[in-house]
Amino acid sequence: MKVITPQGEHVDLMTLNVGPSHPATHGTLRILAALDGENIAGCVTEMGYLHRGFEKMIEQGTYSQVLPYTDRLNYCSAMMNNIGFCKAVEKMFAITVPDRCIVVRVILSELSRIIDHMVCTCTNLVDLGALTNFWYFFNTREQVYVIWEKLCGARLTNTMTRIGGMYRDTYHGFEDDVRAVLVKIESAVHEVRGLIEHNKIFIDRTKDVCAVSAADAISWGWTGPCLRASGVDRDLRKDEPYYGYETYNFDTVIGTSGDTFDRIMVRMYEMIESVSIVRQALDRLKPGPINTLDARLSLPSRDQVYHDMEALINSFKLVYEGVRPPAGICYDATEAANGELGYHIISDGGTNPYRVKVRPPCFTQYAAYADMLTGSMLADVASSLGSINIIAGELDR
Amino acid sequence: MTYQNVPAPVAPEINLGDSFVTTRVDAVVNWGRRNSLWPFPFGTACCAIEFMGIVSSVFDVSRFGAELVRFSPRQADLLIIAGTVTYKQAPVLRRIYEQMCEPRWVISAGACASSGGFYDCYCTVPGIDEIIPVDIYIAGCPPRPEAFLESIVQLQKKIDKESLVEQRTVGI
Repeated sequence: MKVITPQGEHVDLMTLNVGPSHPATHGTLRILAALDGENIAGCVTEMGYLHRGFEKMIEQGTYSQVLPYTDRLNYCSAMMNNIGFCKAVEKMFAITVPDRCIVVRVILSELSRIIDHMVCTCTNLVDLGALTNFWYFFNTREQVYVIWEKLCGARLTNTMTRIGGMYRDTYHGFEDDVRAVLVKIESAVHEVRGLIEHNKIFIDRTKDVCAVSAADAISWGWTGPCLRASGVDRDLRKDEPYYGYETYNFDTVIGTSGDTFDRIMVRMYEMIESVSIVRQALDRLKPGPINTLDARLSLPSRDQVYHDMEALINSFKLVYEGVRPPAGICYDATEAANGELGYHIISDGGTNPYRVKVRPPCFTQYAAYADMLTGSMLADVASSLGSINIIAGELDR
Repeated sequence: MTYQNVPAPVAPEINLGDSFVTTRVDAVVNWGRRNSLWPFPFGTACCAIEFMGIVSSVFDVSRFGAELVRFSPRQADLLIIAGTVTYKQAPVLRRIYEQMCEPRWVISAGACASSGGFYDCYCTVPGIDEIIPVDIYIAGCPPRPEAFLESIVQLQKKIDKESLVEQRTVGI
């Protein structure tokens, strides 16, 4: 491909297609790069290979039937998507869930954040050729899955929350299991940090690579760990606290230069902060009801159903029709593992959502990806793509 | 969307006929093929994360000889489709299948790849067997790692019954 620069110079560029079936692109992203030698002179990114019609599908089901679909948005941390959606619908009902439910949701969110960061970091390191870290992180991740299985039977796509509460309360011995796995997580993070933090090859591959300045990150609409890696102190858990996050003692991890190294390291240190949050939450976990008693949302007890006509009707309506949020528009966001996960729900007062728009965190990050790559080298395609953690499920929906 | 009707390449052994040597050599060849499957993980969605789970040391797919993950279709003989295949993705999948050399096997992992799953939608392929032949289907959304391992064992049994002198697949 011949390109004439503004200076009138003729440059020979080679076009190279990366993906969609490429290990670093998770099978669903495509990059068309114009190469000047090994440097990327310009590139175009493409998405949509995993567009599964999420937003259209969920208009056909009730609010409860949306939950399994939310699992499959960011499938590395399915619990956080469930929690985000339930929190948005609960906001439409203007109810608060019981204290125990809130604390359990905080524990599950933070554990999900940890395993999401683990998958992101270890696959990123595999793309860089550091396979050992993959074993360290996946072994620990499997132990979190054991807790998930004990909680709800599923490993990956949990559908653990319900609107107004949880699918069920935690099992006997949950606290001990979580405390044990936290120790394993700390040890795994420590081991991986030991392998990469001062590793010359790793630093050479990632330091000052695909750096995004704070101003750029804000103008691209970045959120979450990638934004914080660029040096912006923005965390919904601190800035717009929900579920009592303001009462937990934890630090926001902030990078300095916004390069690939910072993005990986922010995630590594966030795991440690999340471990601290889970420990504090476990101390606050007190016995109590897990589901709200609001009759619009939760089923009455069987005893009431058998002896009270109103309760029977209530149970019947909830099972056959589902919950009915009041008509209106609601936007609610949580700090998911990747950044701000927002649900914009429009209700017409019926049992099906009229429209749900998801604000996925990695959509904005992928939008900036072509800009990040321009001027860097071909080998940085894989390393920087891993560090912005694109999950096609929530990117394409 | 139309696909060219390309006949599958025919193994040269097919000309050998059903003699003592070819029938006995089947046992040896099948033993080799079944115990050294090189998978190409065509992972698009959630199931791919579970596939990473079976490659990791807890479930350890190398016990079944299928741990050498190749990302080039020309080096792989087992295509594992893990995840939803959309109409946009379908030509890519078809092309990758055609690039694989014989003998090749296909595992369709999970509800989406096998039937479209609960994405009954304008954009998802209702099962990859619409575009490529499939040897083993795995149920689950996503399938448990045990189910993944079971599918590899099932495929090994299937390979054991195959013969060099039979043409495996024909163009679809």
